[in-house]
Amino acid sequence: MHEFRGAPLILAFYPADWSPVCGDQMTLYNQVLPEFRRLRATILGISVDGAWCHSAFSSQRNLHFPLLADFEPKGATAQAYGVYRAHEGTTERALFVIDAEGIIRWSYVSPVGVNPGADGILQALEALGTPPGAPATTDGKGKAR
Amino acid sequence: MSLHRSSLQPAVHAGDHTAGAADAPVTLVEYGDFQCPHCARAHPVVQEIQRRMGDRLRFVFRNFPLTEVHPFAGHAAEASESVAERAGSAAYWAMNHQLFAHQADSSRALADRHLAEYAATSGASGEEVLADIAAGRFTERVASDFMSGVKSGVNGTPTFFIHGERFDGNWGDVDEFAAALEDAASSPEAAR
Repeated sequence: MHEFRGAPLILAFYPADWSPVCGDQMTLYNQVLPEFRRLRATILGISVDGAWCHSAFSSQRNLHFPLLADFEPKGATAQAYGVYRAHEGTTERALFVIDAEGIIRWSYVSPVGVNPGADGILQALEALGTPPGAPATTDGKGKAR
Repeated sequence: MSLHRSSLQPAVHAGDHTAGAADAPVTLVEYGDFQCPHCARAHPVVQEIQRRMGDRLRFVFRNFPLTEVHPFAGHAAEASESVAERAGSAAYWAMNHQLFAHQADSSRALADRHLAEYAATSGASGEEVLADIAAGRFTERVASDFMSGVKSGVNGTPTFFIHGERFDGNWGDVDEFAAALEDAASSPEAAR
């Protein structure tokens, strides 16, 4: 994560690719991306799905930010953040806003069936007080890896 | 972990598209996307609830086009705004209905030339509506609706708010949805 230092980072854990609604969480964040960028933030989605699954999902939903595969060892990143659901083998629906120095400044765990939306993230980014306008140093381009 | 509650902002205002009595004991706000199949499925559910509740329900529709997955949704929203400005509230609601009713006619059912047809059926000039779209007259209005939705905690389409609080229940079940609205209508002091 240290390569993202210097600008705010949003880490969005979600249970799985391919949830059966069109307004799913990652699609929403994709649509809100210009606003995240205005606040200089980079967003990463992360689930236990594998890289090829992410690649297909990302392509189908036209996502413009990376999805990380917490696939092997499964859920290790989620466990490090305390948001792994061992019983289901998936992550929580959990959001972290990390500041430019790498400190977690806001986090939220949603009931797993409830998409938390983006309002909490935007409030947290605004509270960081990062001057809007300049693009983040890492622009979040790229595909699943 | 932080506490977090999603509530409508801004509150319903004069610029909104509203149907039903202004002093109704409950207001239902929908953020929707005219190309979203779930929104099309919700449309007759809302109509049924409007029929059941009559003057006791005020309904508001705001735009939340997910254009990255629904390429026609942006123009469809702009067309509805153009119809509203040029032909009034009744025409707006007719257009809103046309868009959902025709959404699944074909993969291009919401392409511009069809938007012009639906606008004409709704009582506006199709040519004028297309000119408004080409000029981008309502892009800012639609973007403003979208950002208000994001800040209110809209988490997909459709998202509903009852008394300004996000409704996370099952809108697909008309009885359950109506019961939630009836509950809210009988406790108007909860209005925020």
